[in-house]
Amino acid sequence: MTEQALIDTFEAPPRRQRGWAKLRGVLLSDRKALFGLVILSLFTIAAIFGPWIAPYDPNAMSFDMMLSPSWSHPLGTDDLGRDLLSRIIVGTQVSMFVGVATVAIALVVGVTLGVLAGYFGGWLDHIIMRYIDLQWAFPNIIIAVYLVAVFGTGLLNLIIAISLAFFDDFARIARGMVLSIKEEQYIAAARTVGVSHLRIMWRHILPNAMAPIIVQATVSVSYAILAEASLSFLGLGVEATTPTWGLILAEARSFITRAWGLGIFPGIAIMLTVLSINFIGDALRDFLDVRETKESA
Amino acid sequence: MTRYLIRRAIGAVIVMWAVATLVFFMLRIVPGDPIGAMLFDAGDAAAVEALRHKLGLDAPIYVQYVKWFWLVFQGDLGNSIYGSNMPVSKAIIEALPRTLSLAGLGFIIALVIAVPAGLIAATRRNTMLDNVVSFWAFLGLSMPEFWFGILLIIVFAAGLKWLPAIGYVPLSDGFWPWVSHLILPAIAVGTTFSAIIARNIRSGMLEVLKTDYIRVARAKGLTTSAVILRHAFPNALIPVITVAGIAFALLMANAVVVENVFSIKGLGRLLINSILNRDYPTVQGAVLVVSAIFVLSNLVVDVLYTMIDPRIRYDK
Repeated sequence: MTEQALIDTFEAPPRRQRGWAKLRGVLLSDRKALFGLVILSLFTIAAIFGPWIAPYDPNAMSFDMMLSPSWSHPLGTDDLGRDLLSRIIVGTQVSMFVGVATVAIALVVGVTLGVLAGYFGGWLDHIIMRYIDLQWAFPNIIIAVYLVAVFGTGLLNLIIAISLAFFDDFARIARGMVLSIKEEQYIAAARTVGVSHLRIMWRHILPNAMAPIIVQATVSVSYAILAEASLSFLGLGVEATTPTWGLILAEARSFITRAWGLGIFPGIAIMLTVLSINFIGDALRDFLDVRETKESA
Repeated sequence: MTRYLIRRAIGAVIVMWAVATLVFFMLRIVPGDPIGAMLFDAGDAAAVEALRHKLGLDAPIYVQYVKWFWLVFQGDLGNSIYGSNMPVSKAIIEALPRTLSLAGLGFIIALVIAVPAGLIAATRRNTMLDNVVSFWAFLGLSMPEFWFGILLIIVFAAGLKWLPAIGYVPLSDGFWPWVSHLILPAIAVGTTFSAIIARNIRSGMLEVLKTDYIRVARAKGLTTSAVILRHAFPNALIPVITVAGIAFALLMANAVVVENVFSIKGLGRLLINSILNRDYPTVQGAVLVVSAIFVLSNLVVDVLYTMIDPRIRYDK
């Protein structure tokens, strides 16, 4: 617990004026979160406008192989003479897309199952939770490897594998929140006046369960990006023609003794992205007052 | 305690059965045929049928399932259908010590780094040293472990030429050759873990140092080192133990990836290569063994909790 957190607990009426203005204030006053926002914005711009920003065609080969960083090639070139900076910029797109898409899918699937399990309980809860417990026994990346083994490689399969590997975290959190919210009086009140189950879950329970889910989603994006990089590095990810950070590192592996830049810069891109998201996640966690449940994956 | 142990052991067996069954059926439900992979998608229909019969793939799926399970119980995981056609169990037995030494050494290195780092950060709170530890812990959590492995190769193998870059030498060939090949991958495997442990020791120590019994210990005139090491540290370890559950899982998962950076032919490399080669018997076997390691380690960690912290009781 930080000093600030201690002070906060003793401050008489808890300040609960949430909203965008407050969130913006928190993110901008926290130096780490600000750093995260700036870096992440840069990468987002690179992801959206990559093909126009990149100084060269990321797949154009040339005879200038494994050059050191210079003015014409700021990060040097790879073993086929392709410009490394351009490849990293274009690779941002796939990495970010996979990170966000997988978490979006994992969130929808996980929260749906978790809310259903928590709200209805009984045999439905039993079946869902038995499976979640099974998956919970293994690290996400291992689950993703297993799933790739089943589905095969490629961008779509990769997204399916990573999102399925991550959904159990969301299901657990959502179920836990629902179990406590379900007991609140206003839920009973809603039932009495005849509100349908679906509407209660959607309008009355879900909004109150969102805080920890949002934090989990933020942090999960960074883990999903790491998972994509690892799987692509292992050859289990996207097609070999798609430049992504993990794949660039995999290709660089054989040449790092001659061109160290190839092994360093793509990793820095991964690390900066993950670091930024984690910083923002930490600030969100403090802002939304969510207890830390599980570290890393 | 005994009842708890028995319940957990039965649970572990059920999990293993569920994993084995899931893997068996999922590999057969999804499209993609090992026969096609074996004959390089070029065999004629008769050859495909013959091979299918030879491998027992023409039997109904439940017959295959029962047969497979019966063989697994006897320790027979079938033969690889790629390259050497080596028995899968033999390949796994060869690979296992490599992965375990990697994870084990990673664990030791991580602790050797993390424990002093966490202690220093907590006792020298808000100093330069504390910030360095916090920053490094953040980096450790954000770096892909395989990239850290590449960095280590660039610096210590390619640049300084202190240590070999790739490969594995068994312990029977001498301690130094074994350990020198494992140091760099083990550091890479252990970073995430050491970052988490350092952070947990720091926050655990900060909590404990605020308690009354530490003030009493100081008040009765104990030296600072006695207070820190004898009184505070053991209790600060409890939050560390709670992450130990994911620690082993983390080390194993990292080892699976890092082996591929350092060309160590361990379980992870076996698993990845068999997936890439569509060598289904090996995939099944590797998944089964890797899963068994996770399930077993979860069990051991849960039991260790009760032994280390007398406040945790599972039996009612």
